[in-house]
Amino acid sequence: MIPSAFEYHRPPSVAEAIRIVSERGDDARVIAGGHSLIPMMKLRMAHLEHLVDLQDVAELRELSIADGIVRIGAMVTQHELITHEGLAQAVPIVREAALLIADPQVRYMGTIGGNLANGDPGNDMPGLMQCLDARFGLEGPEGSREVAARDFYEAAYMTDRADEEILTRITFAASTGGYAYEKQKRKIGDYATAAAAVLINAQDGRVSRASVAMTNLSDVPVWSEAAADALIGTACDAAACDAAVAAMSAEIDPQEDSRGPIEFKRHVAGTILRRAIARAWARA
Amino acid sequence: MSDKMHIKLTVNGAPREVLAEPRELLIHVLRERLGLTGPHIGCETTHCGVCTVDMNGKSVKSCTVFAAQADGAEITTIEGLGTPDDLHVLQRMFHEHHGLQCGFCTPGMITRAHRLLQENPDPTEEEVRFGMAGNLCRCTGYQNIVRAILAAAAELNAAREAAQ
Amino acid sequence: MNDMTPEGREERRGKLKGLGHARRRVEDARFTQGKGNYIDDINLSGMLFGDFVRSPHAHARITSIDASAALELPGVVAVLTADDLRPLDLHWMPTLAGDKQMVLADGKVLFQGQEVAFVVARDRYVAADAVDLVEIEYEELPVITDPFESLQSDVVLREDLDPEAPGSHGPRRHHNHIFLWEEGDKAATEQAIESSEVVAEEMIYYHRTHPCPLETCGSVASMDKVNGKLTLWGTFQAPHVVRTVASILSGIEEHNIRVISPDIGGGFGNKVGVYPGYVCSIVASIVTGSPVKWVEDRMENLMSTAFARDYWMKGRISATKDGRITGLHCHVTADHGAFDACADPTKFPAGFFHICTGSYDIPVAYVAVDGAYTNKAPGGVAYRCSFRVTEAAYMIERMIEVLAIELGMDAAELRARNFIREDQFPYQSALGWEYDSGDYHTAWNKALEAVNYEGLRREQAERVEAFNRGETRKLLGIGLTHFTEIVGAGPMKNCDILGMGMFDSCEIRIHPTGSAIVRLGTISQGQGHATTFAQILASEIGISSDSITVEEGDTDTAPYGLGTYGSRSTPVAGAAAAMAGRKIRAKAQMIAAYLLEVHEDDLEWDVDRFAVKGAPERFKTMAEIAFASYNQAIPGVEPGLEAVSYYDPPNMTYPFGAYICVMEIDVDTGEHEIRQFYALDDCGTRINPMVIEGQVHGGLTEALAIAMGQEIAYDDLGNIKTATLMDFFMPTSWETPTYTTAFTETPSPHHPIGAKGVGESPNVGGVPAFSNAVHDAFRPFGLRHSHMPHDHWRIWKVAHELGLHG
Repeated sequence: MIPSAFEYHRPPSVAEAIRIVSERGDDARVIAGGHSLIPMMKLRMAHLEHLVDLQDVAELRELSIADGIVRIGAMVTQHELITHEGLAQAVPIVREAALLIADPQVRYMGTIGGNLANGDPGNDMPGLMQCLDARFGLEGPEGSREVAARDFYEAAYMTDRADEEILTRITFAASTGGYAYEKQKRKIGDYATAAAAVLINAQDGRVSRASVAMTNLSDVPVWSEAAADALIGTACDAAACDAAVAAMSAEIDPQEDSRGPIEFKRHVAGTILRRAIARAWARA
Repeated sequence: MSDKMHIKLTVNGAPREVLAEPRELLIHVLRERLGLTGPHIGCETTHCGVCTVDMNGKSVKSCTVFAAQADGAEITTIEGLGTPDDLHVLQRMFHEHHGLQCGFCTPGMITRAHRLLQENPDPTEEEVRFGMAGNLCRCTGYQNIVRAILAAAAELNAAREAAQ
Repeated sequence: MNDMTPEGREERRGKLKGLGHARRRVEDARFTQGKGNYIDDINLSGMLFGDFVRSPHAHARITSIDASAALELPGVVAVLTADDLRPLDLHWMPTLAGDKQMVLADGKVLFQGQEVAFVVARDRYVAADAVDLVEIEYEELPVITDPFESLQSDVVLREDLDPEAPGSHGPRRHHNHIFLWEEGDKAATEQAIESSEVVAEEMIYYHRTHPCPLETCGSVASMDKVNGKLTLWGTFQAPHVVRTVASILSGIEEHNIRVISPDIGGGFGNKVGVYPGYVCSIVASIVTGSPVKWVEDRMENLMSTAFARDYWMKGRISATKDGRITGLHCHVTADHGAFDACADPTKFPAGFFHICTGSYDIPVAYVAVDGAYTNKAPGGVAYRCSFRVTEAAYMIERMIEVLAIELGMDAAELRARNFIREDQFPYQSALGWEYDSGDYHTAWNKALEAVNYEGLRREQAERVEAFNRGETRKLLGIGLTHFTEIVGAGPMKNCDILGMGMFDSCEIRIHPTGSAIVRLGTISQGQGHATTFAQILASEIGISSDSITVEEGDTDTAPYGLGTYGSRSTPVAGAAAAMAGRKIRAKAQMIAAYLLEVHEDDLEWDVDRFAVKGAPERFKTMAEIAFASYNQAIPGVEPGLEAVSYYDPPNMTYPFGAYICVMEIDVDTGEHEIRQFYALDDCGTRINPMVIEGQVHGGLTEALAIAMGQEIAYDDLGNIKTATLMDFFMPTSWETPTYTTAFTETPSPHHPIGAKGVGESPNVGGVPAFSNAVHDAFRPFGLRHSHMPHDHWRIWKVAHELGLHG
């Protein structure tokens, strides 16, 4: 498995990276950790003339937590998300989810930005970021803008990001309360058969706030407002969970693949979601 | 084919320079240009880990790193972990606990285990199994690999305590 | 302490590190330091790299091949097609199964990934670029991926074969039929089954999978045109056979070919066959005059070199009401893919499938196997098992479970009631084998006791009740297996490969100072031959295993042997080693007699020396004898101390074991967790318990993979769906349980040291143990049988169909 040839660029800044990408247009791709793109290049399913490596862009490696707001540079790796104690305190669901991505070696290289920008329906971070109501910072030749994670994904590998834009940072509020990331997969290194991110706040024994998203059950991540609404105001009892699962079930659209047929995936989605809700509620 | 790049690496503590196409994979640079055939090629899609080397303090699958990306990096391969007269404790423990058979996964296993113990010097069996899950082995069923790594950790910890 | 006392003798014996010693492996030093020498580590001056253009279609006619753009790419040296090989008559090659196989596609392609053209270039990067530039036009043909459909279809897959002419295993009844092979008494079996009180019938599919060693297949060919010598390095489990085949194919005389198997990164049967890549690397080296390397990538490995299994086994088993088995009938539809390239002994197109009566005293049995061509990759190798033995063991161990259900009987009890008793050995099976030895009841009882079988059954019953009350969604399965293998192929009277009898060999040369070099016809792929063969010899010739070098794999130096697969190294080459050792000892005895001035008969062997009977203080050690053999003129005795043995085994060996797997199953997700796995193996005399344990751990993990998810799957168009390790299941350390191993020791009566072989037992026994655990969990809810692999969705589907999802 040998990729076809390309020219390599390692710009020192976002601005320089954007300049290269803008000049080269379709022929250029930005690379972060590369652990999605490089296998595709080796299988010759991805061809490009110019590879723009962001590893020297220091500003993309920053992770800060201030005033209850988490800001993560796109080049922060999954490994860094796992080992960052402040992040684990502020938003523990991120560590819980990141630990379920790929394997140790891939997590050292794989970045949050790459995981989000690629648009692969199997990636875990997009659903999680929708659950957290994160906002993505995009920079391009026209300047910078922000887009909500919940508005970013259009179809498999299709996002709101323009070709010449770079996803540079992710911002979301620290989440206090119950949380759970549940993922079923065939083995370490596999994508999810189904995964669920759930955040629940409780007040007086009732769900006061909830957010629910699932992964790899559609060509985009599925954040379900209806599923969350089904929980809010309830004691998270069986009827509420059933309603949440029913709501989510109406929004997912799993496809058959080697992980199994649609009927199975739908059932597993319900089971995984129930478990995530139960665990998040127990922690709320 | 594209123009070759002048790539500088520090490999097993020594500065090395190679001329390579940017697309050349780090594993090929190490094996074919630098003669370090300890790390191997197994699956080529980041699943098996036989190409594992240490790059800038991280375990990486060198079949999925371009030479160009590695420019400027510090690399440690199995060849840099011990010498015939002074084996690394992991090398000794893999031998002592029969943690290898055909040997093909062994360099990647040991290199990965080395990094794991740097980050978690006193792991539980479960932590070893989770931390080694990026490296496949077809021969051993992992049981003796896990045993070897736990034994190496114990020996390293005993030495550390004795030194204090 | 006097070294003639019992204590002294034991101390001397301990120093030998011979049989039974958990000797640490001599191979480890190079592997742990990254100094192994595998095929892709071989780097010759001026070496070129070869890469295949492969078919994207499973069945298509080739209408044109245009390599001109590829040839224009700088660095490309040649592009070979079938037309280039035809003048050399190398566009097809014989398979090990008596069929022939295209080396490069000759007019049509028959499976996805088939080799169409071979690009030779300066390096692998240029070669890969050139592969993309070879333009091939195809005209697609109807695709058949189902063997049952194939045997009915009008579509002719193999247009090269005369549909009327018999194949190499007898008549073919259809143009896509390969052979019908039968064993046993059909009429008596049918009569016995029909007149029985209880009959169980089931279709049991052992799915297609792949050995998938971490190192793929490869070769380096170097034709020295000056001396007319061809050197071929490769991932060969049988280097000597490869040399013979290479000679026959190329016309190069065998003495001018040197085949070397370097270190092999796992074989598991994948590296027994002869593949187009090997042939093309040779031709390319001859054509270019440069060394040529070919190493396949993982996708190529999974899609083209050597699948395993793919047996549809229709079993019928009958019994009396109280559970005495009365007969076994089995018909197999075997999917061999596009070419019959099974690696079986010539006379056995279905291998040793007729070991399928297993561990049971079954009075009458019959098996028939129909081989069929399909548009899938060729192969049919023995993936960590003796030839088709894992299929046989799976079939009988599933049929026993199904019969137990039919009888309403506990499956452990049913097994015990039908085991061949210890006093029945040697036992003649209804299908023609002579089981050399065994003590199944002892092993079985030990296993049941070790896991507290009755307690587990009670726990299972409680679990079912709890499940029915809605208190849990997890079921408990207890997977039982008692398997009997047949390994050590094999006696030359009925076992050969391409006409070569399946003996093996050992050559020993004792050096003057009392150390030795030993060479064998086998080749280790991780089994640790350099460690364990030295231990056999240490006990035979009294030289410490640390002073014995073991070499294999170089046909210029090693004696001819049939290689390592089918657990034959210990039963055959291990026996050759012992026999060669005994020849050394016989000569040593003559020398010692001369040195001690006594008659040979007055000497007795004592661990590492010959001593005078009744006067143990008068002795000569093997080291002293070795020195004397080189420096003393002894009347009537040639100088030197060497021996060679070519060992033709009188029978196969029959290792057996009792495995019990305790598994938790989540009915909602189809996930499983292995709570306990107990593996008791009886491999006869135990050479190195540490190595045996390692073999068992590894074989069980391969069995786990196969039973729980690993498969080579195709869609209806013949596209392979599992060609990377994302989808081809190989468990990591996280999914793999911790195993408990145990043993009994029933030596083989006909093997010189009583050893039987162990490397493949855990795969043969492991697959039914894991599978039976899944089935057992659902037995209380009415499951009889469901096909492997038991991945999440298939387990979920079982639960769903049993109504367990409400």
